[in-house]
Amino acid sequence: MKLTLWTYEGPPHVGAMRVATAMRNLHYVLHAPQGDTYADLLFTMIERRNHRPPVTYTTFQARDLGADTATLFKTACQDAATRFQPEAMIVGASCTAELIQDDPGGLADGMGLSIPVIPLDLPSYQRKEGFGTDETFFQIVRHLAKPTPRTEQITANLIGPTALGFRHRDDCTEVTRLLADMGIGVNVVAPLGASPSDIARMGAAHFNVLMYPEHAETAARWLEREHSQPYTRTVPIGVGATRDFLAEVARITGLPAREDSARLRLPWWTRSVDSTYLTGKRVFIFGDGTHVAAAARIAREEMGFEVAGLGCYNREMARPIRALARDYGVEALITDDYLEVEAAIAALHPEMILGTQMERHIGKRLGIPCAVISAPVHVQDFPARYSPQMGWEGANVIFDTWIHPLVMGLEEHLLHMFRDDFEFHDAAGASHHGGQHVPAPATSSVPSDDKGATATPVAAGDAGSMPAEAAPPAAVAHTTPELADPTAILWLSDAERELKKIPFFVRGKARRNTETYAAQRGVTSISVETLYEAKAHYAR
Amino acid sequence: MTARGCTNTPVLKERGQREVFCGLTGIIWLHRKMQDAFFLVVGSRTCAHLLQSAAGVMIFAEPRFGTAILEEKDLAGLADAQTEIDREVARLLARRPDIRQLFLVGSCPSEVIKLDLARAAERLSAEHAPHVRVLNYSGSGIETTFTQGEDACLAAMVPGLPQTEAKELLMVGALPDVVEDQALALLAAMGVGPVRCLPARRSADLPAVGPNTVVALTQPFLGDTHAALMRRGAQSLSAPFPFGEEGTTAWLQAIATEFSVSPEVFEAVTAAPRARARKAVAAQAQDLDGKSVFFFPDSQLEIPLARFLTRECGMTAIEVGTPYLHRELLASELELLEEGPVLSEGQDVDLQLDRVRTARPDLTVCGLGLANPLEAEGLATKWAIELVFTPVHFYEQAGDLAGLFARPLRRRNLLSGLAPRVEAAE
Ligand code: SF4
Ligand code: SF4
Repeated sequence: MKLTLWTYEGPPHVGAMRVATAMRNLHYVLHAPQGDTYADLLFTMIERRNHRPPVTYTTFQARDLGADTATLFKTACQDAATRFQPEAMIVGASCTAELIQDDPGGLADGMGLSIPVIPLDLPSYQRKEGFGTDETFFQIVRHLAKPTPRTEQITANLIGPTALGFRHRDDCTEVTRLLADMGIGVNVVAPLGASPSDIARMGAAHFNVLMYPEHAETAARWLEREHSQPYTRTVPIGVGATRDFLAEVARITGLPAREDSARLRLPWWTRSVDSTYLTGKRVFIFGDGTHVAAAARIAREEMGFEVAGLGCYNREMARPIRALARDYGVEALITDDYLEVEAAIAALHPEMILGTQMERHIGKRLGIPCAVISAPVHVQDFPARYSPQMGWEGANVIFDTWIHPLVMGLEEHLLHMFRDDFEFHDAAGASHHGGQHVPAPATSSVPSDDKGATATPVAAGDAGSMPAEAAPPAAVAHTTPELADPTAILWLSDAERELKKIPFFVRGKARRNTETYAAQRGVTSISVETLYEAKAHYAR
Repeated sequence: MTARGCTNTPVLKERGQREVFCGLTGIIWLHRKMQDAFFLVVGSRTCAHLLQSAAGVMIFAEPRFGTAILEEKDLAGLADAQTEIDREVARLLARRPDIRQLFLVGSCPSEVIKLDLARAAERLSAEHAPHVRVLNYSGSGIETTFTQGEDACLAAMVPGLPQTEAKELLMVGALPDVVEDQALALLAAMGVGPVRCLPARRSADLPAVGPNTVVALTQPFLGDTHAALMRRGAQSLSAPFPFGEEGTTAWLQAIATEFSVSPEVFEAVTAAPRARARKAVAAQAQDLDGKSVFFFPDSQLEIPLARFLTRECGMTAIEVGTPYLHRELLASELELLEEGPVLSEGQDVDLQLDRVRTARPDLTVCGLGLANPLEAEGLATKWAIELVFTPVHFYEQAGDLAGLFARPLRRRNLLSGLAPRVEAAE
């Protein structure tokens, strides 16, 4: 048993739903109790889908348990086949059905339906959503992909995009353009938008573009083995990775790598002088392994950031992410416990977080700006506009979204100039943040009982489309590591005054640096002198 | 009494796929109401995922609910599971000294493997007394639908309530504090008292119960809690539920009669808020008058709400679905609801979707999973979950309640210039 307050990944059958919902003319019969239908709202509300996920839940109840849940399952299968007329069905059990051991695959098999029925075996008590997408897609491909002659033109399948993915819709468009620039066509995109008959003709492609290893690596490997289709290892997120991707495609196809990057703006935007302020910004990166690896490379090589820490929540990617972390000289955090992630961020004091929906919330609590780079994401990360992560346009989008939560270079300069103006006060935050940005809460000063400062919940003003809830009246004190430090350091009043003159967005850091500096030297009271000694010490 | 409304209307009972939440969902509002309680679900990753998806917004550092996720090794042997619960609870309580009430909440997996949470609660109660009381109930989807989780939770609290002989009013149902305070103020002004609430905001204020307790339910889905209170000898009031001006007045009237409040006092206390409520409802009803409404089953609030919309807002009900129809508790509501709509209990969602497509109502009240798909088919919808998450009871919220239904219709009018083509997500 493990206590979980929030989870990055749902159960594996939700992964299967992401595949089924992405596809057309496929139906999923899920042996499950009524409450499991909550998963529909992930697709209809968060992703704003305009149709129900193609899922029939058998809805067994307590009174059915001793009786005949198997018949219930068969009836549901038959009804779904008749009503929805799918080209193929996938069948499986949710966590509860797994316990009653009805064997949905066997039952459906014995029904003699005229369409292919693909049984899913998704161990709910061991694996999670990511496994669910990968395994489901693999099973569908394995059952449906037929040996097919190659297309005349060189073509690729784009594999991995699912429902509820982070920018999958737009990534497909972007990758299609990248390939078109090289004269390569797209045979099938799957699972997103594919029907079972499309899956059947996947073998016609000359190779596969593995867009998201999380969702399609097993299928890619199988297709390589069974259909002799090589697949790409590079995920084209970022300028460097996109170039590497094109080179890889050139190697696979024998075509010359053609790069039509007229629409790429990131390199100039990041070189222009306003971006100087980005130099060496310390970022913490967390999300799914693929997006984290891509973000780390962009952060270091294309934004000039310093990667202060990184990690992923999907254990399947633990190995490559650990290796990556070594390369960056940091230790990888592999966990699906957001409290551990929060503690790591609080300890590292990064200037920015690149993460998921949860790191955005952590950032709000800690007063650290955050940009979202990975699923799970919420409703506002399914934008109406075109905003891919992959390819040239993806790089432009990433530049914009990453710097958006930061204070702009010029603005930083002006804030500094006007810091003593009567109209300027720290609490105002930066002008373009629309009240969302909370200035960093002051860290511990002399008093020992200011725990309330870090426990304050973020204002409820940013409620999403879900029912808005006011902040809980009895939020629990959430002690950050430095508050627990018993060795209180005293700030002399002139030093405290001097500290206040430092712009708020660097003040927290100045305070911490000074305190660390003092602590290391056994200094117990901080004077103006100490403040500037510390500043000199940390100056890079 | 001549007109008996829908009292004798035959009910269409359906059994098929449902599109409803399970009782675990109630934790979302129960934990906010009970400020020193923690809800520990013993279940699967699905249960945890349901809770966070239904909560939607998580803006606080550590919520007062969580899931002890069963793992492969827990499923192997049960003795082991009890120790695991003890360990998780001890760890939790050590970290959260503010917790005074702990609910062990059963789920489908814990019910199927017959994990005895009652035994666990008893043992843990003894261990952590007097600081923490540990109770258990089931919010599993194989036994409870959505709001039945609150019913199960409150019912579980009843046997432990202290005994009293005093004549007291017990208001039952987890209402937002602001709404509860309004009701308490009205009752106090009428001289009705003492008034207690179940659930109480803090465990120290738990009400007592006995033969002179008068129970006034504020929610129609509290059948088991009601029965448990009756077993403790309490008296029951029969009244419509306090939705809208009419429902609120009738509900208060039943209490006033029981507590011998004079008609003059009743009039003096209720006249002004009644007038305000009527005015507020009338303003919203302009958009609702003459329109038809279709309820998918969700919270068991459907029949009282249909009564409000048809009698105070001028709407016609086509179908009123409810997950479960408790005839005894809803007797007054059924009398008031004019004959005409189909009453349905349970669900076969595909058949019901066929009916709503045929009927093409002006407004469909349904769950979050169905709302956007129906909008895409050109039907205006109101998501039902908001009706349990938002303050909607009593006079001052009557206008807001009507507004929840009016807003989707107003929005449609505002956007009528846009092409009806709806962009697919994919
Ligand atoms: S229906 Fe059962 S398994 Fe599903 S979330 Fe509810 S309690 Fe958990
Ligand atoms: S603030 Fe709301 S909308 Fe934004 S990520 Fe959190 S829950 Fe989602």
